Amino acid sequence: MSLVAVTRSEYTKQFSTVGWWVLAIVLVVYVAFTAGVLALVFGGVASGRLTGNGPTPQTEGLAGLVYSSASGVGYVFPLLVGTLMVTTEFRHKTLTPTFLATPRRGVVLGGKFFVGIVVGLLYGILGSAAAVAAGAGVLSIFGVDAELGSPDTWTLVGRMLLAFSLWALVGIGVGTVVRNQVAAIVIVLAVTLFIEPIVRTLGGLVSGFSEVVKWFPSAASDALVGKTIFGAMSSGGSGSLDWWVGGLVLLAYAVVFLVIGLFTTWRRDID
Amino acid sequence: MPEGQVLELTGLTKRFGAVSAVDSLDARVEPGLVTGFLGPNGAGKTTSLRMLLGLVRPTSGTATIGGKRYADLASPLQTVGAALEASSFHPGRSAANHLKVYARAAKLPISRVDEVLGLVGLSDVAGRRVGGFSLGMRQRLGLATALLGDPGVLVLDEPTNGLDPEGIRWMRSLLRHLAEEGRTVLISSHLLAEVQQTVDALLIISHGRLVFQGGVEDLADPDEYATVVDAPDRAALSALLDERGIPYQLLRNGFTIRHLEPVEVGALAAGAGIALSNLQSKGASLEDIFLELVSGVRAHASAGGTTVPAATPTAGIPDAEAPAPVPTAAVPAESVPAAAVPAEPVPAAAVPAEPVPAAAVPAESVPVEPGPGAEPAPSTAMVTVAAPAPALRAEAPPAPTQPEAPRSSYSVASTGVIDVVPPAQTATAPPAHDGTATADAVPADTVTGDTAPGNTSTDDGEVQR
Repeated sequence: MSLVAVTRSEYTKQFSTVGWWVLAIVLVVYVAFTAGVLALVFGGVASGRLTGNGPTPQTEGLAGLVYSSASGVGYVFPLLVGTLMVTTEFRHKTLTPTFLATPRRGVVLGGKFFVGIVVGLLYGILGSAAAVAAGAGVLSIFGVDAELGSPDTWTLVGRMLLAFSLWALVGIGVGTVVRNQVAAIVIVLAVTLFIEPIVRTLGGLVSGFSEVVKWFPSAASDALVGKTIFGAMSSGGSGSLDWWVGGLVLLAYAVVFLVIGLFTTWRRDID
Repeated sequence: MPEGQVLELTGLTKRFGAVSAVDSLDARVEPGLVTGFLGPNGAGKTTSLRMLLGLVRPTSGTATIGGKRYADLASPLQTVGAALEASSFHPGRSAANHLKVYARAAKLPISRVDEVLGLVGLSDVAGRRVGGFSLGMRQRLGLATALLGDPGVLVLDEPTNGLDPEGIRWMRSLLRHLAEEGRTVLISSHLLAEVQQTVDALLIISHGRLVFQGGVEDLADPDEYATVVDAPDRAALSALLDERGIPYQLLRNGFTIRHLEPVEVGALAAGAGIALSNLQSKGASLEDIFLELVSGVRAHASAGGTTVPAATPTAGIPDAEAPAPVPTAAVPAESVPAAAVPAEPVPAAAVPAEPVPAAAVPAESVPVEPGPGAEPAPSTAMVTVAAPAPALRAEAPPAPTQPEAPRSSYSVASTGVIDVVPPAQTATAPPAHDGTATADAVPADTVTGDTAPGNTSTDDGEVQR
């Protein structure tokens, strides 16, 4: 009943169904495509092969911007996988055998927490690899420095891994609060794909609004990673949080959701 | 060797809003026995089990396993194995991985997974996804999950649901075997016929309250047993009985004589030179007793006075009570010799204050003369079932055992359904269901080839041999 046993159990649970690698494949394809297109546009314009509308961007730092698309667009995937880790148990009623094996329910959530970190790291590695491979490949076609030897690039990758893990934890928190799987997925997609981008765009336009917007989870995530394509496009505003503050904010979201879930749905009768 | 533990429910209560699903339930389940936990649908069986297993929080009261709450058990899966429903699986996970998940959680060796899969006969499909499993296979996998930790206590909710007759027989012998090893085995069911051969003790609940606790043999009053006798020359037999002043009742399947052993009746007939075509002992239908218990018509002392009063208006009562006035209406029409009528045993006289025998008798009479609104709810085609004594059962529960003693037999309604159902449903019960239930409930040699699905009309005694 120890936390180690539960974590091993949750690990087996997570990797014994197809869900994780289906999402992983979609993540890799999606991130690689985005990074490739960004590299094509920025690289093409910067190198002069494509004609841009605005001022020609500098080639320096371009690679990092392209690579950061892994977390910039890919954070939905660890968020989803974390959410599914919990809602699947409600959906398929597997909480019954789970709680029979581990009647101390909080320990179960602890096991999920650690496995969430592992899955987040795995997705971070896959997403970063896809972004770097596709981005560096396309940039090198245009003769732009892929900066693969630069420590900045690898610092960026490291922070992206951290961001992916934190997003998986936020997902577990969301799943614990919203136990209906369909509702949870709809909420996650609606918030990440519509509500946050719109609000953040408005935040870039209206002064003062950005002070609030920078505390949004995806803004905190971008702050943690450092460079983001979103940040580059909406240049206005009072800037973002420090990277470590961004990480703590994201962690705070995860913890708040988990605690709310722990004292509400997680304590309910299982039938 | 895992030790069986005593399960104890004390004042266990669960309310959902104003509705009491379980109402101050007191019960004790002993190790070394198979205990049947019976009640109609919605009686609170599953809720009680879930409270015992810490999945549902009781409104008040406690449920303990060996004196401890489930949540306080040091190693739960090694103490209690539970299978609550046949759908607690991720459809995309293989059977082996499903078990591996819980073996890991309980710190059990992974080799245990193959062991339990072999035990329940799922070794061949260990790598297949559970989503493609039939209900019977899921039941087996649920049982495998319960057995994973080799626990001393087994709690199974409707374990034979979805199993084929062979699977049911296998399940019964397994449960008996586990109980004989000293484990505590608690199985719930809404089918009395399904468990009555397997269980040693019974807990019956209705509307969340305990209505019976005790052995199967305590359920029926020995006075309610009767002898059924028939002869090709019925006139001679009835003359003989009249001559001896033995009260009887003539039904389609023969003469029913109360308070007389088959051996006495047989000797009597032999003395008179009457060839018999049928001679057997027949008990009051346990199912009728069960129905009366759950509907509140009958109260049993074992329930500790917590029985719902008979006056409580419940849907089940009219059905169960209605047969009581029938005998007087039905008997004259059926009993051939008019002289027999005055001698007809008045059931109420046998057990005063209990309408039970009356209810049992008209069940057979009704098809002949169905009094308006007086039809008993269940089909009560009588099937003699050997009730193996515990010693006999020790060897091989489903083994064909002839009734050794005339008294050791029960009657089971061939439908096997002990839920409270309206009369209309009984009449239109699907024949296939009847056939299955009969086959399940009766030892192999008792079920003969003529237990055809169509052969289960309510007064048909020919199902038995």
